[in-house]
Amino acid sequence: MLVTYLEAIRQGIWEEMERDPDVFLLGEDVGVYGGPFKISKGMLEHFGARRVIDTPLAEAAIAGAAIGAALMGLRPIAEIQYADFLSCAFDQIVNFAAKCRYRWGAAVPMVVRAPCGGGVHAGPFHSQCNEAWFVHTPGLKVVMPATPHDAKGLIKASIRDNDPVIYFEHKALYRRIKQEIPEGDYTVPIGPAAVVREGRDLSIITYGAMVWVAQEVADTLDQEGVSVEIVDVRTLLPLDEATILASVRKTSRVLVLHEATLTGGVGGEIAARIAEKAFDCLDAPVVRVAAPDTPVPFSPPLEEAFLPNAAKVLEKARWLLAY
Amino acid sequence: MAAVKTAPLPAPPETTGTDPEADLAWRFLHYMFLMREVEDRIERKLYRQGKIVGGVYSGRGQEAIPVGVGLTAEPEDVLFPSHRDLALYFIRGVHPREVFAQYMGRVGGLTRGKDGNMHMGDMKRRLVAIISSIGASLPVAAGAALALKYRGSRNIAYVFFGDGATSRGDFHEGINFAAVQKLPLVLVCNNNQYAYSTPLELQMACANVADRGPGYGIPAEIVDGNDAFAVYHAARRAAEHARRGLGPYLIECKTFRMSGHSAHDAAEYVPKHLFEEWAAKDPILRMESLMLERGWADRRDLDALYASLRQQIDEAIEWAENSPYPDPSELTANVYEAS
Ligand SMILES: Cc1ncc(C[n+]2csc(CCOP(=O)(O)OP(=O)(O)O)c2C)c(N)n1
Ligand SMILES: [Mg+2]
Repeated sequence: MLVTYLEAIRQGIWEEMERDPDVFLLGEDVGVYGGPFKISKGMLEHFGARRVIDTPLAEAAIAGAAIGAALMGLRPIAEIQYADFLSCAFDQIVNFAAKCRYRWGAAVPMVVRAPCGGGVHAGPFHSQCNEAWFVHTPGLKVVMPATPHDAKGLIKASIRDNDPVIYFEHKALYRRIKQEIPEGDYTVPIGPAAVVREGRDLSIITYGAMVWVAQEVADTLDQEGVSVEIVDVRTLLPLDEATILASVRKTSRVLVLHEATLTGGVGGEIAARIAEKAFDCLDAPVVRVAAPDTPVPFSPPLEEAFLPNAAKVLEKARWLLAY
Repeated sequence: MAAVKTAPLPAPPETTGTDPEADLAWRFLHYMFLMREVEDRIERKLYRQGKIVGGVYSGRGQEAIPVGVGLTAEPEDVLFPSHRDLALYFIRGVHPREVFAQYMGRVGGLTRGKDGNMHMGDMKRRLVAIISSIGASLPVAAGAALALKYRGSRNIAYVFFGDGATSRGDFHEGINFAAVQKLPLVLVCNNNQYAYSTPLELQMACANVADRGPGYGIPAEIVDGNDAFAVYHAARRAAEHARRGLGPYLIECKTFRMSGHSAHDAAEYVPKHLFEEWAAKDPILRMESLMLERGWADRRDLDALYASLRQQIDEAIEWAENSPYPDPSELTANVYEAS
């Protein structure tokens, strides 16, 4: 079945709601309107207002209500209209949801869905990749699929998971990326990274929309006789260190790539683990390509300068290969 | 006067059952005294002896609120206590031992040493642990109420918070969400007139927390928070409203914090005369007087109840002191569900 990234998420939610009456959706404009990106189109009509809840404009209430319902054994999917507004629900997520199990053994099986990412000329407050805010919070799980296959499999796994999961979906992928996915039910487990392209000469460790940039780079280098391996991390917390290190040991040259800004980004953690645990296998320093440390700018030429792209990655990759 | 039997903790005393009001008074007194005595031991004895780990927040003078409200709750109702509502735990069957052990950071505490003081909960008893962020419970309680409604249950949620909490955005978001969705939620404000050192007039510009009810389209009432009967009856009205599917109901309990913010705080910023005025309104003394006046008890009955509770508290402290500290190997357990 050929589906877009957006359709894959929609199907995943739909099927889980059919399968389990405890699964429900809440968020701003998710009902009558079907969500700003139409992820929940048709769900209100099909599942009713009890299970598709249009909330007030109140992110702490959305996250908090999801936590309360999850404590009671339901499986809420809370949609935060744009990942940028996770800031308004931050305390609920990082202090309430993340710590219940550790402190007093209470499970919080909720999913927070957050459309993230740039490239859509949406400016500083509708474009951020703010996954690192949450990766620094033990007790949460953080995923960011790059493909329709993983988008569907991971949303299902997130809904079935008994811990709070922040599910980042990249807006620029919604309608741009199409892929054949299996008919019917399947999940992609939270945790394992995927080697999405095998290679010998260079590893690109990446996730989200940057997986597609990495593919572009790999295609280009392939024509030059350089074989690139791509690891799609997929789950950022907990991190699949083993798959990352295995790739490093194979290629000895590593480029870590993400759309989020550089300082304090997930790439730093990945680079540190490689330095600690695979230093002896490296033929060159670990290199990071990320957005510069600025807010996401609005005007197209500025945003283009901000976002990592194939040209920027190629330049670093060539430097690395020549090292 | 009928002799009062005291059951082993944490059950309340039984009476002859001939006068329901007298029964209720005995239950109020039992839990109020238990809370007072446990907190006094923690704050005035164990803390000073260096046996308590971390901060101590007591509800001294405010006991009528958790007791009066708590006794209106059905066992399957969900409670979200604030840090001054210890009695709710006893009403739900938590043993004082577990509370002492919690305060001492021992494995016998409800969080096995993972968290301290009033940060305790147990979903089996439908008690949700607060987090430190004041006011954060409101949206979560709305979510618990949503779950009850979702399942078509007749049960409701109760959330407790202070006057300071009402300034947080979470307070607004939680109440508004619950009001819009007509969720079965009872909102209980203990307005003790201070938030740490901040007096009410620096907290809010309206006279009463309850004044905000109409702004949310929900009923709100003000009650004497030092009168357990008054609190109880207000909570009954609120619970009835919520159970009938009419949505949230706010009760503002006027009271006073008869202690510092926490054990390290001498509360020198509180005018002395306020402590004196409010000491005269002490909820336990008031309940005693009422019971003596109505002939529901005589002095010996009261003393017998107190002696029995004190003895059981002594034993609970001993138990807690013998409870081990958690093993460091527990450090990394339960961050996530064990796979
Ligand atoms: C969000 C937040 N800010 C500050 C604090 C520190 N703090 C703890 S309790 C408290 C006062 C709370 O006042 P109130 O809500 O009236 O409750 P009370 O302690 O009087 O019962 C403060 C400032 C906190 N725990 N959380
Ligand atoms: Mg207060």
